[in-house]
Amino acid sequence: MSTLPFLPGPRAALLVVAAVAVVAFADLHLSAYAVTLLSLVLLNVALAVSLQLTNGLTGLFSLGHPAFMTVGGYVAAILTYPVRRKGFMMPDLPGWLATAQWDLIPATLAGATVAALLAVIVGVAVLRLKGHYLAVATLGLIVIVRVVINNLDGYTRGGLGLSGVPRLTGPWEVLIFTLLTVGLVWRIKHASLGRAMMAMRENELAARCMGIDAFALKLLAFVLGAFLAGAAGALTVHLVSVITPGAYGIPLAFSLVVMVVVGGSGSITGAALAAVAISLLAEFARPLEEGLELYGLSQVLVALGLILVLRLRPTGLFGSREPAAFRPVRVPGVGR
Amino acid sequence: MSAYFLQQLLNGLMLGSLYALIAIGFSMIYGIVRLINFAHGDLLMVGAFTTLGLAATGLVPWWAIAFLVLITGALSGIAIERVAIRPMRGAPQVTGFIATLAVSVVIENGGLILLSGQPRTFLFPEIMRSRVTVGPASVAAVDLVIIGSTLLLCVLLLLFVRGTRLGRAMRALADNLLAARLMGIDVDRTIMAAFAIGSAFAAFAGLLWGGRFGQIDPLIGFAPGLKAFVACVIGGVGSIGGAVLGGYLLGLAEVMFVGMLPPVYSGYRDAFVFATLILVLLLMPNGLLGRPEEDRA
Repeated sequence: MSTLPFLPGPRAALLVVAAVAVVAFADLHLSAYAVTLLSLVLLNVALAVSLQLTNGLTGLFSLGHPAFMTVGGYVAAILTYPVRRKGFMMPDLPGWLATAQWDLIPATLAGATVAALLAVIVGVAVLRLKGHYLAVATLGLIVIVRVVINNLDGYTRGGLGLSGVPRLTGPWEVLIFTLLTVGLVWRIKHASLGRAMMAMRENELAARCMGIDAFALKLLAFVLGAFLAGAAGALTVHLVSVITPGAYGIPLAFSLVVMVVVGGSGSITGAALAAVAISLLAEFARPLEEGLELYGLSQVLVALGLILVLRLRPTGLFGSREPAAFRPVRVPGVGR
Repeated sequence: MSAYFLQQLLNGLMLGSLYALIAIGFSMIYGIVRLINFAHGDLLMVGAFTTLGLAATGLVPWWAIAFLVLITGALSGIAIERVAIRPMRGAPQVTGFIATLAVSVVIENGGLILLSGQPRTFLFPEIMRSRVTVGPASVAAVDLVIIGSTLLLCVLLLLFVRGTRLGRAMRALADNLLAARLMGIDVDRTIMAAFAIGSAFAAFAGLLWGGRFGQIDPLIGFAPGLKAFVACVIGGVGSIGGAVLGGYLLGLAEVMFVGMLPPVYSGYRDAFVFATLILVLLLMPNGLLGRPEEDRA
């Protein structure tokens, strides 16, 4: 029964019920636009929380989420694509892929797995080194992924992008994925694994002296983050039904980092709230940008806001903590 | 040596010079504040647009433009240090990266808002575009100017770092910041000088870049900036000589990759550069001339 102390409090359970209610309400009563917007916001929450695992809890500095999303998205889209149009759109596919038409869940898992394998390759090369190498290597990875997909046009249709991907993702699939992601990261954070990650973030040398295998732990956090990002990419593609090589790029990497930092490095609640706020801000700023013809204005404002947060409140909204209402319940007699 | 090979060699040296100019600043700044300045590449854009603006007036002679670009770059570097680096000193290293990343986003999007994303034509004077024959090959005069001015700036930097008090202070700071401070070195002033010099070089690279490739837009600094970082890693981050060496090696390798392989692969040029980065990090993480970094408790 040693896992009991890590159960979320009753108010966190209420939050889950509330999220389900919101999605059910939107699904029944709101426009298709609102439902898609809600789904994208939820996906951003999942992305920010999964990056929280890598960047927040473990203290790595990965910018690679968009690259993993792109890889996961393309792999899944190729697997679910209608067979009768594959020959025309992707002529170079080998036979077994050209005749395959998978369901959403196996395709999403396949996309996420390929993204995770890519993360293993990059992680093994870079995670033994100081943190900034990871930042630049993942930034380079975004470029590599884009260039390779652009050039493999027999498999991916190159720069034209893949359109007409079946719309298999709905708000419920997104909600389940987001809840699973948040639940997983929550469990990790409040278990010994999360303690070890945070210890390493605070002082790697001291953590290693306590017997923590720093490299293995970093690799785990990085690869798990990539897996979740790959799955999020796969779900997004089947929500918006199109993917292009540059769809997820450096601006997205920056937005996700902002969500983690503003929410507070290590705080799941903080990252989720920041993800909701920043996604909605970006969505509502778009008509304004188009009206004023000042494209990029919201990015500038977000970046300036970020610099202010770093200077005035470097720990973000919540620091590493969760609000008191959501803290784990201590069951008497169990655990410490 | 065949004419084709010599031609590629000169192209590689030209590109390598540009990478080296940017990489020097990366390395100087990293050596002292142990921080990658993500906004460094954007100084290329600042330099290129400053040149364009000054040249458009038609009043300023080119030697004065070159001088003013160096000054603008230096001032921008000092501004970046003031806004994003100095207030974060003592904070975790990650905070500094994020701050410079934010500055880069502000510069790039600010550029898009103020200057529009439309590429602009950028013309050097006629004489720079004339062809010069070098042995069996023929190159644009601007290529020789790029290679020559880079070498000149490198020699000046070497003399400065070896021979002046400020240069010595910089080396001391890179070696051991605390000990340098105890010896009475003004840390703030020295860091500011490193940013000023590194950024001036990057802005000057922007002038040359615009003149060589003929078109500029607010995002031109991004890719060269990242590649210059790769050059830094190849040479060994923190070492100025390593940055120059890495810049030339990367420039030559990139040009040879495109020039010597069948054209099918040339689309993979950028992927090749970053794959090199990951390979170098895997095989020799300290680069050619870098020193292994100690674990500081």
